[in-house]
Amino acid sequence: MIRDITLGQYYPAKSVIHRLDPRVKLVTTMIFIVSLFVAKGIMGYLVATLFLGAVIRMSKVPFGYMTKGLRAIVMLLMITVIFNLFLIDGDFVLWRFGFLRITDKGLKTAVFMAVRLIYLILGSSVMTLTTTPNDLTDGLEKLLGPLKRLHVPVHEIAMMMSIALRFIPILLEETDKIMKAQIARGADFETGNLIQKAKAMVPLLVPLFISAFRRANDLAMAMEARCYHGGNGRTKMKPLHYQRRDRAAYAVVWGYFVLMIAVKWSTSYYAVMWL
Amino acid sequence: MVRAEGLTFYYERLDEEGNVESKKRAVDHVDLHIRPGKFIAILGHNGSGKSTLAKHINAILTPAEGTLWVDGMDTKEEEKLWDIRQDAGMVFQNPDNQIIGTVVEEDVGFGPENLGVPTDEIWKRVEESLDAVGMLKYRHHSPNKLSGGQKQRVAIAGVMAMHPRCIVLDEPTAMLDPNGRKSVIQTAQRLNREEGITIILITHYMEEVVEADHVFVMDEGRVVMEGSPRQVFSQVEELKKLRLDVPQATLLAFELQKRGVRLPDGILRNEELVDELCRLKSKM
Repeated sequence: MIRDITLGQYYPAKSVIHRLDPRVKLVTTMIFIVSLFVAKGIMGYLVATLFLGAVIRMSKVPFGYMTKGLRAIVMLLMITVIFNLFLIDGDFVLWRFGFLRITDKGLKTAVFMAVRLIYLILGSSVMTLTTTPNDLTDGLEKLLGPLKRLHVPVHEIAMMMSIALRFIPILLEETDKIMKAQIARGADFETGNLIQKAKAMVPLLVPLFISAFRRANDLAMAMEARCYHGGNGRTKMKPLHYQRRDRAAYAVVWGYFVLMIAVKWSTSYYAVMWL
Repeated sequence: MVRAEGLTFYYERLDEEGNVESKKRAVDHVDLHIRPGKFIAILGHNGSGKSTLAKHINAILTPAEGTLWVDGMDTKEEEKLWDIRQDAGMVFQNPDNQIIGTVVEEDVGFGPENLGVPTDEIWKRVEESLDAVGMLKYRHHSPNKLSGGQKQRVAIAGVMAMHPRCIVLDEPTAMLDPNGRKSVIQTAQRLNREEGITIILITHYMEEVVEADHVFVMDEGRVVMEGSPRQVFSQVEELKKLRLDVPQATLLAFELQKRGVRLPDGILRNEELVDELCRLKSKM
């Protein structure tokens, strides 16, 4: 399962979305997430779906590849759906079995909740799949630049993030390797109750942490050997400048956001008519 | 290029209060003189102090006693630190733990970025260095998808982009398969030959040393043998005492010599051995 997490995995392709300035993509993702919580009623979600669909289509990342990231949240999704489905009181009871019952409002909230979560993951996956982690952290560094005046170590945070992202696949592979090695030595990660399972993780986590520290030590040395000494006096290989397409993208995104708010107003106005 | 006089370094073991419990001498009064443009090999088995010595050349470690000069700069001078590291690049053993970028070209650009090189110049350098190690067509790839040998070549390109005069390779092939090993060593040899970069190769594989201009053999922190590969490998008995293997051709020639076959000393390559044997046969 851990191999399925696509977050932080760049998918190389030549698309408009790939070429956009990372700041645009960061801001867009934020706006998209906010818009999901603003969204109300079928119309709102329809607009969000169209927007997301269009972006995914333009990104040229295969849809199947994108949905891989969803597998990691299946459990969370199920729990959310089940809780919403059974615990929300509504006007009509659609189905009843003992103390379990599903109401119209419960069903509606459960579906919307699920859609919201899925879109959340898909939306952020589009960003991480089309932007190299380095671009992403460059974008973040520049967006958060003003915070430097408040002595926030923006460059250091960005560097740490990009290194963390680079090591995710390596550490996953390592986890896999250690897991197999421990299974070969008779370790059991599958059976037992929750506490036993948690205890079984110890022989996995201890070697993983030791190796992670060793890697960190090596990497720090390699970075110093290549003259890394913080953000001061550092130039950029890929400095960020807004192009015309970035400005256009901003216009589209803000347009989308305004539309979402407009939809929200109109639906609350005609709330009775919609649902 | 690199000169050491009486270079000594200790690893200190501290007890829980932070007092020095014991001192282990890792490098012991080493004198070195490496001329620019040479291909130098430093041999030794594990724990012989060869990696510790390598880290001194890049000023990651500074000598406890004695002095090391890189291009005339004393590694103990703090203000020269970045100049020294730019001048003497370093490639480490584990290819995964020294690649910082998530795309090959971004990683190669990391060094020049740190040096404050202007953007256009960084791109030029990245292209040149990737071309020099034969990895230009992988420039947009993720390093995770490359083989070990390819990763090491990217690491070499990352050092090359800083325009060093000397590259220290600290057991760059220890974690690679034979093919990767060959490609890395050939890359190092080509950079030495074509770009005139001083190469200091630290290894325990004898086959990689055959082409070197000068070999140092280390044991317990000291340089115990030095000379051309031919001079060093003709002393098969001593090398065995140091728990080092000699190239197979050399070993076979040595065993044949012991049985009375009249072969010359210091045969290094298979072809040489074949030639010598053919010559013997034609004389019979």
